[in-house]
Amino acid sequence: MKLVAERLACTRGGRTLFTELSFVVEPGTALLLIGPNGAGKTTLIRTIAGFLTPASGTVALDGSDAERGLGEQCHYVGHLNAVKASLTVAENADFWEHYLGGGDANRERALAAFGLAPLRDIPAGYLSAGQKRRLGLVRLLLSERPVWLLDEPTASLDSASQEMLIGAVNAHMGSGGLVVAATHAPLPFAKARELHLGGAPPT
Amino acid sequence: MKAFSHLVRRDLALAWKEGGTIGVALGFYLLVVTLLPLAIGPDLNLLARIAPGILWLALLLAALLSLGRMFEGDMEDGSLEVLATGPLPLEAIAGAKSLAHWLTTGVPLTVLAPLLGLLLNLELEAYGILVATMLAGTPAISFLGAVGAALTLKARRGGLLMGLLMLPLFVPTLIFGISAIGAAGDAAAGPSFLILAAISLGALVLGPVAAAAALRFQLQ
Repeated sequence: MKLVAERLACTRGGRTLFTELSFVVEPGTALLLIGPNGAGKTTLIRTIAGFLTPASGTVALDGSDAERGLGEQCHYVGHLNAVKASLTVAENADFWEHYLGGGDANRERALAAFGLAPLRDIPAGYLSAGQKRRLGLVRLLLSERPVWLLDEPTASLDSASQEMLIGAVNAHMGSGGLVVAATHAPLPFAKARELHLGGAPPT
Repeated sequence: MKAFSHLVRRDLALAWKEGGTIGVALGFYLLVVTLLPLAIGPDLNLLARIAPGILWLALLLAALLSLGRMFEGDMEDGSLEVLATGPLPLEAIAGAKSLAHWLTTGVPLTVLAPLLGLLLNLELEAYGILVATMLAGTPAISFLGAVGAALTLKARRGGLLMGLLMLPLFVPTLIFGISAIGAAGDAAAGPSFLILAAISLGALVLGPVAAAAALRFQLQ
């Protein structure tokens, strides 16, 4: 299973962000999207998730279940955490687990992996920004999906939480998963390739 | 199907915990209907004659108040994007959220309506058909309203815009709902009630499809 983009071109608000963009993400590897603000990192991730239609070109997951669309095989973690303030941490995780179709065993493991097990009965509205971010990331472990799309995943995370994320990503790649992440901070994933958007790579 | 019921149940739980939207809709309904006799005077015959119309019109406005929130919360916290990558197509998501809206707004307002009928001296034989028309007619408000809610999702002060967009579409529901109550007891009530139910069934099918198209655009 590999993610293949062919001659992708995207425009936002009449402005062309990139054209003729081709890349392949092999199983067990990560693609880091790097570039200045407005280079099209989020646009590319949202295009892969299926929210945006590319101006031309295609992106597809080779060798996957053809009945499920690409978006349905992706975990999308955007700038927002999809956390309901009035539900508790456990209820939030519970809903996404059932909605996205995971097994019951996943929840406790996923909450523990991001250090949220002690906070499980607290309404999510009382969490700090970093804790909310971690609750957003918990979704990644609630149901198994081959592609993880992470948009600035380390935003508002402290260094211990970043270690948790990197551990989860490396474990996902270890079992053959794919990761596409947009980032400004360096992300030391085990097997990562960089894709520079918006002009030449810095020397 | 499991995902559908989980989404409906989450929306019901949120409506219960946050409480605001149901309370505001019920309070608004109560206030409008209570103020009316004060405004037009205690003429019991006049009140009885206009009661069905007032009960329906105030219900429509009360339901409209909460329609704007249908997708707003999920849009603001990013849930809508994650929902869209789930197993349900956007049509089913819009359907689930419309159903939850009907259960948390249409049904409570329908339960309150006969109590408010007392304040307006509604004729005794009209109570049964009042509740029946509201149960049959309110799904159209939620399912058609989803279209307006989705269209005005990113608009500032979208609530007013939504009122302008959606109220004309609720005219058939209003007309046939009131005419079915007005004809209570004679043969003309049947056809009006059937048309009212047909409008709701049509909205049940078409509303989610149109709302999903609007949501797809809003997600871009």
